[in-house]
Amino acid sequence: MNLFRFASPAAFFPVAGRLAPWFGAAAAVLLAAGLYVGFFVAPTDAQQGEAYRIIFIHVPAAWLSMFVYVVMAGWAAAGLVLNTRLSAMMASALAPTGALFTFIALWTGALWGKPTWGTWWVWDARLTSELILLFLYFGFMALTAAIDDPRRADRAGAILALTGVVNVPIIYFSVQWWNTLHQGASVSLTKAPSMAATMLAGMLLVALAFWMYSIAAALLRVRAIIAERERASEWFKEAVA
Amino acid sequence: MSWHGIGDFLHMGGYGLYVWGSYGVTLGALAVELLILVRRERSLRRLRAPGLGARPR
Repeated sequence: MNLFRFASPAAFFPVAGRLAPWFGAAAAVLLAAGLYVGFFVAPTDAQQGEAYRIIFIHVPAAWLSMFVYVVMAGWAAAGLVLNTRLSAMMASALAPTGALFTFIALWTGALWGKPTWGTWWVWDARLTSELILLFLYFGFMALTAAIDDPRRADRAGAILALTGVVNVPIIYFSVQWWNTLHQGASVSLTKAPSMAATMLAGMLLVALAFWMYSIAAALLRVRAIIAERERASEWFKEAVA
Repeated sequence: MSWHGIGDFLHMGGYGLYVWGSYGVTLGALAVELLILVRRERSLRRLRAPGLGARPR
């Protein structure tokens, strides 16, 4: 089977519609499991009490905010280089969900910062670069929406998305490069996580749930984008006739 | 972790406002996005129903 067949909007449209509910269901199951572990299995934190339980959505949302951006920029780059229409549509389909997770990371961070740091917000390197990520998502969405010709909008958006990728390693390494308020990484690929195994399990389950949710949301949104852009084409008329 | 009843669970060791404020807004935001997407999906399906956008062939 040639997977590149699905690079055509006409071929991908029905596939996306069939796959989305499965990813949505996987997200619901993983989220339920993650929240159960987070609230009923993971112990109370010795220093922060119950306030730390915000971690089970804060860290997964922050991971997804960066991951979705990288995937979005990857699709944008593919669209720019290969000139495939579906790639650019995938980039546009991911942006609102990425922006949502960025907002969630900032919001839950503020609600966690108040009881533990004594402030909702500081111009710390990690917080500031995450806020810039939110503005990059907004910029991408505004720019692509402001240009009438979809192919020109895609190219302009792709260049913005690719330029903004430089911000992702800045977010990730900000806690090492600048010694400001936000704590360092508790979980990394190079060393054992500095937290209880059940806490880590809850966090990973919610991260997987958010990941599956993002895929489901992007698949549903790309169908709407395809429908909007291909409304006049023969295959779409035949598909809905 | 064992909670002493629902009141204790909601109280969250005194951090209820912060914890539930985080979870409420997160789950609410995801639910709203999903609702918007499912509505759009329904309107796509409606294109297929006879008399609503379907052209004679």
